Amino acid sequence: MITGVRSRAARMRSTTFAYANLLPFIFFALFPFYFMLITSFKSNAELYSLKSVPLWIQKGVIVDHYRYLFFRTEFLIWIKNSLIISVAATSISLVISILAGYSIARLRFPGVSSFGTAVFITYLVPPTLLFLPLSQVVVWLGIADSIWALIVTYPTFLVPFSTWLLMGYFRTIPREIEECALVDGATRMQTLFRIVLPMAIPGIVCVVLFSFTLTWNEFIYALTFVSQSSQKTAIVGVTADLIRGDIYYWGSLMAGAVLASVPVVAGYVIFLDYYVSGLTAGAVKG
Amino acid sequence: MAVGRGVLEAAGVFRGGRLARAREWWEQEHVFGYGLILPAFVLIGCLVVYPFGMAIYFSLSDYWVGSPGKFVGFGNFKEILGNEVFRQTVQNSFVFTGIALTAKIVLGVWLAMLLARNLRGKRLIRGAVLLPWVIPTALSTLGWWWMFDSLYSVVNWTGIRLGVITPPGPNWLGMSSYAMAAVIIVNIWRGLPFFAITVLAGLVSIPREYYEAAEVDGASSARRFLHVTLPLLKPVLAVVILFSTIFTFNEFNIVYVLTRGGPINTTHLFATLAYQTGLQGGNLGQGAAISLFMLPMLGMVVFFQLRYIRRE
Repeated sequence: MITGVRSRAARMRSTTFAYANLLPFIFFALFPFYFMLITSFKSNAELYSLKSVPLWIQKGVIVDHYRYLFFRTEFLIWIKNSLIISVAATSISLVISILAGYSIARLRFPGVSSFGTAVFITYLVPPTLLFLPLSQVVVWLGIADSIWALIVTYPTFLVPFSTWLLMGYFRTIPREIEECALVDGATRMQTLFRIVLPMAIPGIVCVVLFSFTLTWNEFIYALTFVSQSSQKTAIVGVTADLIRGDIYYWGSLMAGAVLASVPVVAGYVIFLDYYVSGLTAGAVKG
Repeated sequence: MAVGRGVLEAAGVFRGGRLARAREWWEQEHVFGYGLILPAFVLIGCLVVYPFGMAIYFSLSDYWVGSPGKFVGFGNFKEILGNEVFRQTVQNSFVFTGIALTAKIVLGVWLAMLLARNLRGKRLIRGAVLLPWVIPTALSTLGWWWMFDSLYSVVNWTGIRLGVITPPGPNWLGMSSYAMAAVIIVNIWRGLPFFAITVLAGLVSIPREYYEAAEVDGASSARRFLHVTLPLLKPVLAVVILFSTIFTFNEFNIVYVLTRGGPINTTHLFATLAYQTGLQGGNLGQGAAISLFMLPMLGMVVFFQLRYIRRE
């Protein structure tokens, strides 16, 4: 009996200890967002007063920075560009990777394993290695300085990643089901789209979420390949074009950063479990 | 599968014609397999392998934006190695990667162990901790930039009020060692969730019986960590560390937004220096040569990674 009581007390103590230790991590993770949010709602008078307390809003909530963003900048155009690019690049990559992933995971033909290895190596090639030559390739293709440059180049990092993730999902589907369909006279394409794909839906959701997030958040290609303001993505537009000559831009800059994060945060909140499983699958299976 | 083909052949005999023969050809496993892989193959070939070859060609020529140069051999590499800024960048890269990676490993394992506990609000806590990984890095770095502002820094304000920092506090982004510290802090902030969540997945897969057995044998919690947790976590840790090495070594966004490589090049990494030289300076040849210096590092990581997979 006594040991039971002691162990309960010990468990209580260790739970408190765990919470107390998690607190700094949570604070560290969330404070920058909190600070960006309150900055975007503060008046300039409060932002640039050395006497005010920066940690909360003292002199009332102001939406001027957001109004400025909507009516006096190209913010909405940047958001539209980002949406078009993300949807287009994600769709193109999804189709290519479903085909390639199924082929590598399921079919047997000479050279299939070296394709798998090639996809994996491509997955590890960082964009920072390729942005210089690609900046010339988009010029030659005649799509430089437009959203097309990004729609065409984003699949280069999406396809290896998505193919790798989908291969894992396809492998978990029992082979017998496909063989039954083939015996019943279905073509291979029908088998893939009517039998295999419906069973791989969690994997496809995962790929779509990650691809959308990766394209929306992409920075170096978007910064490098596009320079006219009307073709920029939300991330580059906010980072590069909102900074004006004077120094009083922090309010609208933070407002832009908050709003441009909304699409990915919304997806993240709704599909949290997919994110967690995809994140671990990408690395653990890799 | 042979039966399936047989059925189709039979159907083809009935319909006859070229279409049926084409379909029969397409239904062969190897034809279908190559066909499905073709789009990915073309994409990777044209937009990854070919540009990669171009990067190598650029690095061996005096190629400037708008003027295709001529072959100069290893001239670019020689010039870079003699360059003070480049040597500074090499040093920066190793300091940055070394410190950030070590901190992420230690904190990541620690955080993962806390997250693995069956606490109330577990899902919410995990969601909060993972958030920095989801938000666009360039945008959250803008927030950090504002937090490190020379005049209105909230970090200094809080530190001074708590008595940790002597007023007026450091000018974070204007002094080289502080600027490096700032860049490293943001990288840790951004990269920690990936570590924690992946290690967490590894922790969850360790059977509870091992811990129970260790407890029965009277092993302390420190010993349980050293002799049960760590050895079983090794495969996952190896993968995460290799991945993170690549991503940390190739960091661009944080440095570009926060410091642009300054003050006086003390926070430049390979990627930001390559950007500055190759695109802003227009010297594509030298820029490509700088970015290719990342290659040996990458090659090593890929090598270990592939060896590891083979062993699996």
